[in-house]
Amino acid sequence: MESRFRNKLGRVIRAPENYLDQALIRDISVEGINDQRRGFIKKSFLAAVGVVTADRAFSAPDPAIVNLPEHSKTLGKPVASRPYGAPSIYETSLQRRESPGLTRVSAASVSFAPLQSLFGIITPSGLHFERHHQGWHEVDPTQHRLMVHGLVDNPKIYTMDDLMRLPSVSRIHFIECGANSAMEWGNVAVPSVQYTHGMLSCSEFTGVPLSVLLDHVGFDQANGKFVLAEGSDGSSMTRTIAIDRALDDVLVVWGMNGEMLRPENGYPLRLVVPGVQGVSSVKWLRRIEVGDQKWGTKDESVHYVDLMPDGMHRQYTSVQECKSVVTTPSGGQVLLDKGFYNITGLAWSGRGKVTKVDVSVDGGNTWRAARLESPVLTKSLTRFNMDWVWDGKPTIIQSRAIDETGYVQPQINQLREVRGTRSIYHNNAIQSWLVSETGEVQNVQAY
Amino acid sequence: MSKLIKVFFVLMSLSVFHAPLTEAQDDYLNVGRPALEEEIAAWDIDVRPDFMGLPAGTGSVEMGEEIWEEKCTVCHGSFGESNEVFTPIVGGITPEDVKAGRVDGLIGNKHPQRTTMMKLPTISTLWDYINRAMPWTAPKSLEADEVYALVAYILHLSQIVPYEFELSDENIGDIQKLLPNRNGMTVEHGLWDTNANPDVLVNACMENCNAQVRIHSSLPDIARSAHGDLRAQNRHFGATRGADTLSEALVDPVRDGRRELTNTQASVVAKVDASPEQVAKQHMCLSCHGVNEALVGPAFTEVADKYVGDGDALVNLFNKVRQGGSGVWGAVPMPAQSGPTDSELKGLITWILELEKN
Repeated sequence: MESRFRNKLGRVIRAPENYLDQALIRDISVEGINDQRRGFIKKSFLAAVGVVTADRAFSAPDPAIVNLPEHSKTLGKPVASRPYGAPSIYETSLQRRESPGLTRVSAASVSFAPLQSLFGIITPSGLHFERHHQGWHEVDPTQHRLMVHGLVDNPKIYTMDDLMRLPSVSRIHFIECGANSAMEWGNVAVPSVQYTHGMLSCSEFTGVPLSVLLDHVGFDQANGKFVLAEGSDGSSMTRTIAIDRALDDVLVVWGMNGEMLRPENGYPLRLVVPGVQGVSSVKWLRRIEVGDQKWGTKDESVHYVDLMPDGMHRQYTSVQECKSVVTTPSGGQVLLDKGFYNITGLAWSGRGKVTKVDVSVDGGNTWRAARLESPVLTKSLTRFNMDWVWDGKPTIIQSRAIDETGYVQPQINQLREVRGTRSIYHNNAIQSWLVSETGEVQNVQAY
Repeated sequence: MSKLIKVFFVLMSLSVFHAPLTEAQDDYLNVGRPALEEEIAAWDIDVRPDFMGLPAGTGSVEMGEEIWEEKCTVCHGSFGESNEVFTPIVGGITPEDVKAGRVDGLIGNKHPQRTTMMKLPTISTLWDYINRAMPWTAPKSLEADEVYALVAYILHLSQIVPYEFELSDENIGDIQKLLPNRNGMTVEHGLWDTNANPDVLVNACMENCNAQVRIHSSLPDIARSAHGDLRAQNRHFGATRGADTLSEALVDPVRDGRRELTNTQASVVAKVDASPEQVAKQHMCLSCHGVNEALVGPAFTEVADKYVGDGDALVNLFNKVRQGGSGVWGAVPMPAQSGPTDSELKGLITWILELEKN
């Protein structure tokens, strides 16, 4: 650990990515680039080849060091004083939040996870985003039942006692709402990554593969083409799932990050359909029906349909395509000074593993591969990091993920060319964050 | 017989009484039980586009209108046009759409607010959803005939059927042929099957990809504060701080040396007691009452205004919230509310009575 940082400090660093000043960016936003502006950019580029500030010097000793704090001089609290632990009182900024004006009824709404403050890939269970269609309840697990029927030899009822005796698996998967980033299809609308991307969470889920239950009831292999999943809440949320997917990696889940599901996430039983928009991961799961046709339910006929420019709606859109976002620095954050920062973010794909994440710190002109942190798992969040030295000049930070199918995360304009601006769902565009010379980071669309 | 062979035969004979381990696993012995027909009937309520699962029944537009006025108007408006609580159900379709089976208003940007009836491709969907999830606060309380009647009423409001119309399991198939967006759905896309081809394919350029980068959209000034103070939504320590979005954006460029931004810790460490606003939100008071705007019920500021100087207002309103009531602010009744604790409710009413009109 012989300081990497010491070697870097004072070192001449070429920072071709940080050369646009604020006025010029404003100018370019309005007028585009012409020859004159190109000249300015070139000059700015030369100026940006600078020296990074040296070590910060302290003149007086730090009171936090020389005056011992109370917790160093007194007896602390005993074990189990909080039998079910809670975050530090200094962590109250971590909350899931609604986006004002997005919906008008909080029982049919969404709360967003605070991605800007999270580490690694696991979302703390209490911060997992919420989407309810008719409110959530505390469901008594001893009274909960799962019915599996339809085109099957032996329709069955399972209690939680039954299900939890079955061979279980634990897998880490993301759940992303199909409408994540929906507010940004047209223009920038919200200030921070919590609201641009916070309908996204990732957990270790424990449950029994749906294939085990389908085999157990003897589903009709010739005619069983689809399954219907149904919740037990007021909305009795229903979604159609293709049988090959149902037999692949779909889980009937009770465990989440080592504990039971939280009530807001479907306690005591939910479906998890990896890689598919969250609405298919039906919460408070009460029923699985095997059938030979799709069901055309409300949330696959009137909602969760993607409007195309020709007036047609795409129905049964499901896969969450490869996507990524930088979570720090991100919209609504402020960099306190120039110098070293760890650019960090999340990448994921509903088609499998993320194989590469590129980061640009010059608005997409040049890209460098970021470090992917382990584990890199299929249909899971992957954390990426990249070293960055900010020289105080305005710049635009972006990330771009590529998955194991070779699919490359597109720019917003590339998505719009095909799907227009009103399809609401499945916006997996590259996110741009403008770092201004004040250090304040803003949400922009840049391409 | 060798010892080994003896052991083998003993094991073989045991297996007569104990099924081999692998088969026991396949059967999951004693896990789950057969579903009874009555149980399946109680839960198997889905109705498919081919009308599998649709119970027999009849409902007239007239009957639907009555139920609608009683149970649906409060959220959806008298004509299904309301945009107050949910997006509109009715509107945006023409007789030409009914003929074509495609809603012209969806093409381009002719009708930005999409209604349910503009999108609905299958009449079964409407029947199924009303039956399973409506009314909002009492789902699964409607009889089959009532569901038919409500669907008939919505069809009438959409000018697809006349007032004298009766919808039934016999004629619902004919109605399907009149739905204005019945031909408006496609499954030709790569987002259903995991292995299908994506529709947006781009290359991963690494160098000299876009020298002419432009900012095409930024956060509008009016949206800067719309999500509150971002200082309180970020840690007050670490690599960054949250921006003070209740004030103007920073103007001074960073200089050498770390800045001290306003310490937000005081505002960040939360109060333990829920505030009256949080109580109002948590118990859904705000679904029907705005602070400043009347929604289904009166605005909180209107309530404050009405009871200015009334020394009994706290006690009377407390009882009214607990027991429910109607007639003071209009015909729509306020249901009895048992959610908030006594002290939460007292705090909430005290707060409401102290509100001043903007």
